[in-house]
Amino acid sequence: MASHYEAPIRRPLVLGEKSYHDVSVDIAAPIEGKANKSWWIVFSIALAAFLWGVGCIIYTISTGIGTWGLNKTVEWAWDITNFVWWVGIGHAGTLISAVLLLFRQKWRMGINRSAEAMTIFSVIQAAIFPIIHMGRPWLAYWVLPIPNQFGSLWVNFNSPLLWDVFAISTYLSVSLVFWWTGLLPDFAMIRDRAVKPFQKKIYSLLSFGWTGRAKDWQRFEEVSLVLAGLATPLVLSVHTIVSYDFATSIVPGWHTTIFPPYFVAGAVFSGFAMVNTLLIIMRKVSNLEDYITVQHIELMNIVIMITGSIVGVAYITELFIAWYSGVEYEQYAFLNRATGPYAWAYWIMMSCNVFSPQFMWFKKLRTSIMFSFFISIVVNIGMWFERFVIIVTSLHRDYLPSSWTMFSPTFVDIGTFIGTIGFFFVLFLLYARTFPVIAQAEVKTILKSSGERYKRIREAGKSLVGTGADKRTSNVAEDNSKNLKN
Amino acid sequence: METSKVIHAIYTDDDVLMAAVKKVKAERHHIEEIYTPFPVHGLDKAMGLAPTRIAITSFIYGCIGLIVSIWMMNYMMIQDWPQNIGGKPSFSYIENMPAFVPIMFELTVFFAAHLMVITFYLRSRMWPFKKAENPDPRTTDDHFLMELAVHGNEKELENLLKETGAVEINIVEKEAH
Repeated sequence: MASHYEAPIRRPLVLGEKSYHDVSVDIAAPIEGKANKSWWIVFSIALAAFLWGVGCIIYTISTGIGTWGLNKTVEWAWDITNFVWWVGIGHAGTLISAVLLLFRQKWRMGINRSAEAMTIFSVIQAAIFPIIHMGRPWLAYWVLPIPNQFGSLWVNFNSPLLWDVFAISTYLSVSLVFWWTGLLPDFAMIRDRAVKPFQKKIYSLLSFGWTGRAKDWQRFEEVSLVLAGLATPLVLSVHTIVSYDFATSIVPGWHTTIFPPYFVAGAVFSGFAMVNTLLIIMRKVSNLEDYITVQHIELMNIVIMITGSIVGVAYITELFIAWYSGVEYEQYAFLNRATGPYAWAYWIMMSCNVFSPQFMWFKKLRTSIMFSFFISIVVNIGMWFERFVIIVTSLHRDYLPSSWTMFSPTFVDIGTFIGTIGFFFVLFLLYARTFPVIAQAEVKTILKSSGERYKRIREAGKSLVGTGADKRTSNVAEDNSKNLKN
Repeated sequence: METSKVIHAIYTDDDVLMAAVKKVKAERHHIEEIYTPFPVHGLDKAMGLAPTRIAITSFIYGCIGLIVSIWMMNYMMIQDWPQNIGGKPSFSYIENMPAFVPIMFELTVFFAAHLMVITFYLRSRMWPFKKAENPDPRTTDDHFLMELAVHGNEKELENLLKETGAVEINIVEKEAH
């Protein structure tokens, strides 16, 4: 069939002898099976970290922001660093599901579901920080433009902080419906396979009664495409607006026009690194190596390499412009970053973000699973330090030398951050056991063009017609295909 | 309850299904419905389904979102409670507009995305606690089901469908709704 043609030069995206039914079985297996010991161990550690974070948040709110290491000079530190770090990680999901959909990249289908899940879970972590930083989080709704009893005092639409509220809530909610819409057919698959009544009930509820009519699929594909078209500028706008939080101020080191593209590239960079961290483990634990292949990891490594290089160019451009501008405050801010008391943080950032991704030029390294995992962790650390460097080193020595000081985090700062990492992994681990972690309906659409088995049949010059049948689900599969050949 | 007879033909391959749809259409039979586990490329055209207009609704919702955002910020920032914020012009929407562009964009996307998805869910009759209507649970795994209305031509249809490679043919009474 011409409709399933793919150039022989393309490597298969689904390995092994997979039929459509195999895809259903493999994706349903982690949900239908029992959690093993290592899942429980990791889950317990994550849960403990999460509870520790909850304790720190309760302490912060009941005692006050004074429990953090902030002082009158460095009045933003780990809180906003963690916020930007988590929002940045949240960028890869939409990039994979939306931008790669627009570019018709079939390899996105093995990883888009988990990348989107990661997006949603990490944006939730990000949202925690501004809310607890308010000090009185029960008044968080004051950021919304709602009529109130203060003489209708409205929120300030000139403020980048308010733009952030709109950008992040739009991003979170749109990502959520994008993810859920894609999940409906896969929940329906689990529902129709379920044997236990309770499981059937839950997945019926989650699948919203998905039926799979031809008209539903037609709308589904159009909705996915339009959502991708909307999410693409949206994802760019989110980190652009996050960078405005800094760029619209007059603090040396923050007041630069390069921030929006530089932040977006950094976000994609850190997001892909986190996708690699999670999926390298998940493909092993959930036996999905045939769907999340070394090729997927390699392609993500290439994205990491490119965005890491863009980030590197941005760092160097910043230094150049600071010198070229002739503004001595700017010049000092950058000199201080590279050689001042926080130089260690700057050079961690430089080596993790600019130097380490360059290893990915070597095919041997970027196709090595262990090395990819190692680099993904290094990049995550580097991107955390990037935000720390931008925020703390710009603030700690600003226009007034008599106020110059250092920042040191308290156990509450550290505990809250560790708590969000725990919360993130709690959510992701629960997801990995209860959700279809691969967009199986979409994978089935590319199986005949990109599946290893079908590629082989096609290259042998045989017809693909009738090869979708599986012996286990249809006893006529064999003679049916024979009849068709005659 | 009024019932009508329909014929359910089950296929196990998307290429066989596509060929069957073309053949059934060529014989001038009306296909009531096809249930598939994944979107089969070109099936809607082969069946003769009209193109979906859901993208148009999204465009309209986006326009509404843009208008709402402009109206809201004009009312709040210019008319109801103008304030001098960093010397920005608080008396004219158009002069203060650059600061409002991010929110205009965000609300456009917000409206376009969410209202389109809600429209999709309602038009395709999907919501929490909705019961699924696929007649055979295998159609979310690897089976494809074609539904044709029977008007006293059971034998003719059965033969035709068998010829097209259907692996199972069932005649069922369907409740009208």
